[in-house]
Amino acid sequence: MQEIRNYTMNFGPQHPAAHGVLRLVLEMDGETVVRADPHVGLLHRGTEKLAESKPFNQSIGYMDRLDYVSMMCNEHAYVRAIEGLMGIEAPIRAQYIRTMFDEITRILNHLMWVGSNALDLGAMAVMLYAFREREELMDVYEAVSGARMHATYYRPGGVYRDLPDQMSKYRESPWHKGADLKRLNAWREGSMLDYLTEFTADFPKRIDEYESLLTNNRIWKQRTVGIGVISPEKAKAWGMTGAMLRGSGIEWDLRKKQPYAAYADMDFDIPLGVNGDCYDRYLVRVEEMRQSNRIIQQCVAWLKANPGPVMVQNYKVAPPSREEMKTDMEALIHHFKLFTEGYGVPAGEIYSAVEAPKGEFGCYLVSDGANKPFRVHLRAPGFAHLSSMDAVVRGHMLADVVAMIGTYDLVFGEVDR
Amino acid sequence: MSAIPQTSLVERLAARFGDMLAVTVARNEVTAELAAADLIAVATALRDEADFRFSTLIDVCGIDYLSYGQTEWDTDTAQGDSFSRGVEGQTVGRFTWAERPRNVEQPRRFAAVIHLLSLDNNQRIRLRVFCDDDAFPVVPSVTAIWPGADWFEREAFDLFGIIFEGHPDLRRILTDYGFVGHPFRKDFPLIGNVEVRYDAEQKRVVYEPVSIEPRVLVPRTIRNDADLDQAKAEAADRWREN
Repeated sequence: MQEIRNYTMNFGPQHPAAHGVLRLVLEMDGETVVRADPHVGLLHRGTEKLAESKPFNQSIGYMDRLDYVSMMCNEHAYVRAIEGLMGIEAPIRAQYIRTMFDEITRILNHLMWVGSNALDLGAMAVMLYAFREREELMDVYEAVSGARMHATYYRPGGVYRDLPDQMSKYRESPWHKGADLKRLNAWREGSMLDYLTEFTADFPKRIDEYESLLTNNRIWKQRTVGIGVISPEKAKAWGMTGAMLRGSGIEWDLRKKQPYAAYADMDFDIPLGVNGDCYDRYLVRVEEMRQSNRIIQQCVAWLKANPGPVMVQNYKVAPPSREEMKTDMEALIHHFKLFTEGYGVPAGEIYSAVEAPKGEFGCYLVSDGANKPFRVHLRAPGFAHLSSMDAVVRGHMLADVVAMIGTYDLVFGEVDR
Repeated sequence: MSAIPQTSLVERLAARFGDMLAVTVARNEVTAELAAADLIAVATALRDEADFRFSTLIDVCGIDYLSYGQTEWDTDTAQGDSFSRGVEGQTVGRFTWAERPRNVEQPRRFAAVIHLLSLDNNQRIRLRVFCDDDAFPVVPSVTAIWPGADWFEREAFDLFGIIFEGHPDLRRILTDYGFVGHPFRKDFPLIGNVEVRYDAEQKRVVYEPVSIEPRVLVPRTIRNDADLDQAKAEAADRWREN
């Protein structure tokens, strides 16, 4: 009689379905997973320690690089922690701009997610469709900050600058010309807000396109329905948040329950799943894109009607304008001190959380009164989610592990920090 | 910021736990400090009892309070003819391993900070447990109460060397296989101890002592600035009008 032993398999760190640098050590019994041991940290850059050695403002850019598909939401948590400790609040227009960009970021993230998850499970086309719209929204990022991804746009006390009056256009080139150029620039004649008006009017139809590719797709349902079921009790115990929690039917969204920025004034719904499987989480995320679209529309309408400052008028925190620096000695001194030394943040500690696309992204900030943080700890939703991997995939097939990695919506920038 | 009434939670905590917890409220956040020996009992009660229902563990992280409040730039008093230059001092990024600060005189260095969330009551609480022994910091593990604490405790162990007693699988998680030391401790240099490169002659990756110089561009400064307080108060009053 031949002895049959379990087989240990390495999944990643170089694997297209590992979403970056996940190394998964799987103990297999044939095709069935007996034990999964995720090894993370291959992308550990010590962001929290680096932040301790820099003035507060210089770490905003690091936040973009944590969860690098939902950049501005990470900034939001960090910036709000600083504002909370200093006891300042951004002007109301800045709050609306932040709300709008948080939702643009949510759509960006979910587009990336739906595209790459479908790709993992064998549906190539969705990726191509999703990235078409991602490109359009990244242009908005670029218009407002100059960078397509790592924006560093939010600042303590507001946002870096007001929205541009003119949306950037494509210029004629060998690649874009004639009718093609006209189509690309059709929405771009007016301001950035006009562009977003056009985009949000069109976007629900685009979501219908993804849905017609996936929602009733037989293969998609075979791969996701009943896979990775997480009960509400387990979801709570594992510290799950965001779509992972809502997919299991628990109505919890920080935007509703502990509103920040301008979410209290927004009209939107929280989609919930029923079964807590991969398919429900897919439906939740798709519906979240529709709701984000609604929020963006409300923000655009408000921002068009209400001009105003986007940064606090406090030169201890926010830099004075260039113009003022040319004529006012005080402004010049403030500018110099702000950019050479930064500002001191009162001693104390705070935990500020935002509803990032992946779940609750929190920033625990301890200050001892200096111009640099004493300790920054970033609570990444993906880290908590991934820790439940072993318990969830036990007894599943190997191919379901891929579905599970996809449904966690993992990005290793935030898991490894 | 969320305007959730916290007074009732503080009262309930005082009624239930009495002197076991040292509760403070700042910026609408409740912080409870407790002894390591009480942690398991308190945590279990916070999860299960109807008054609290902290069913979700949001976060566990370590803190090293070494050098808390230390600066590199004396901004209050001039010495002789001028202020200090702010180029000396031993805060993060300024020292190598050989010259790390060793004169530890903090009462207790390490703490584990736990953030809990109650979905039912929409409340948060922060628990802080100081480790009694700086040389061998130990805190009881809460993995049996919230399974989600598993990786967070592994992370705090990896980065700060805090031992979570009762943790089923306390391995390193974020640092490299075979890493030496606990990198987020305040006496661990920012530049690290070793660097890695590929050696063409030996045809393998080799570890070497770091060759870069530690440096900091902006000195760490604490200013007791009355102007700043006033400016902040004014900005806080004005922000709605903006």
